[in-house]
Amino acid sequence: MRSFVTRCRQETIDLGKWFAASLKQGDVVAICGNLGSGKTQFAKGVCEGLGVRAHVTSPTFTFVNEFVAPVGDVVHIDLYRVGSAAELVELGIEEYFNQRTICLIEWAEKILNRLPQLYHLVKISHGTDEEERKIEIQQVQEAPA
Amino acid sequence: MNVLGIETSCDETAAAVVDDGLVRSNIISSQHVHSKYGGVVPELASRAHMRLIVEVVEEALVQAGTSKQELDGIAVTQGPGLVGALLVGLNFGKAMAYGLKIPFIGVNHMEGHLYSNFLSEEKPSYPFLSLIVSGGHTMLVHVTSNSRHRMLGQTRDDAAGEAFDKVAKMLGLGYPGGPIIDKLAINGDPEVITFPRSYLEEGTFDFSFSGIKTSVLYYLKRQGILDSEMNKTSIDGQHLANICAGFQLAVVDVLVAKTMAAAAKTQVKDVTLAGGVSANSLLRNRMREEAEKHQYRLFYPRLEYCMDNAAMIAYVGWMKLREGMKSDFELHAVANLSLQSHPG
Repeated sequence: MRSFVTRCRQETIDLGKWFAASLKQGDVVAICGNLGSGKTQFAKGVCEGLGVRAHVTSPTFTFVNEFVAPVGDVVHIDLYRVGSAAELVELGIEEYFNQRTICLIEWAEKILNRLPQLYHLVKISHGTDEEERKIEIQQVQEAPA
Repeated sequence: MNVLGIETSCDETAAAVVDDGLVRSNIISSQHVHSKYGGVVPELASRAHMRLIVEVVEEALVQAGTSKQELDGIAVTQGPGLVGALLVGLNFGKAMAYGLKIPFIGVNHMEGHLYSNFLSEEKPSYPFLSLIVSGGHTMLVHVTSNSRHRMLGQTRDDAAGEAFDKVAKMLGLGYPGGPIIDKLAINGDPEVITFPRSYLEEGTFDFSFSGIKTSVLYYLKRQGILDSEMNKTSIDGQHLANICAGFQLAVVDVLVAKTMAAAAKTQVKDVTLAGGVSANSLLRNRMREEAEKHQYRLFYPRLEYCMDNAAMIAYVGWMKLREGMKSDFELHAVANLSLQSHPG
């Protein structure tokens, strides 16, 4: 696990940009953290790093934003409004877990047990002052069920 | 020309009939199923649309006093919105148009909002500036003539309505957050607790509302209103009203200042508000004061045209169909369909 501290919104975006360089098609990134912790900022940075040219904003309303990047398809998912894991099955979210697509999932804590066996976990928490964020990044390998 | 409009982009199932630009019926069926989840649940939305769409369309035809056979075209929201929800309306509209052998056209939901002020008797004149502000969107658009528009700026993170929803959720107030905060703020003093206004860099017409959400969060934590687990503890009624008033004014100040700056830059005479947040009473009042000061004519839609509705979709569909435009049956729903710029 790698730990980082960012001191402003732009540093969170920059960290996302840097992290994007390690991603490849088929990767799933679970972004966890409270309201206002900077999940969308981090995802914005990742998209920028992957070469997405579109305007990346919070997908809370549209639930999923799909982008096309030089590295393949990128989807930015936000589970804020989702009530239970059962609803996700019917939503067909698992269809995005494929070899072509890089998936960024905000509020992923709601579906950690439904993610592929191998995924990147990004945990963002509030730091000591209003601008500071603690960001932990690790690769998780779940044992086969 | 009789056009049926269908709108299922989010949590309203709506259908309307517009005849030569005049609204003949406007049926909106809200999905109350969402309130207990604190937001729109996509799968619930699609299912509820499927359950409601037949009766909503039939009711729109009955109230308009028209039959299916008398329709000249069908206009349906293509995006932006929840894909599953959009598909219900889009496929229903396609099938109906195919069966009736009449043209079908996909409409951008945001373009619908741009024309929601044309549904009333008094209409704005071109060119005009529009602030579209809702749960999913915040944008300033310069409209120069029929379907010719240029986006001047939009939110870089959260929509204004989303900030209302999320702050309401932190305060345990229910969904949608806008009307509840609006009501509570009436008894509050907006000067007691001030939250930062985010104007971004000089000259931009973009918005940012994620910072204010975080400021409110920190305030609530400092005051012990939210514990470390983000659970709400108790809060005094006047304190709650002051938080709502302070938050609401911070959002409205930015919306009004940017709109006025954009109106000055584009040298329009008419300014319009649209979208769900345009029902907010403080936004209407502050915008009216500023518009009067700078001698702009201000338009805002009637309440039923602020929220998502099908009359605005039918209206835009009618504008396009009468010019001979139509979509083919291959048209896809697009979740993040952008409001394409057509300068001119």
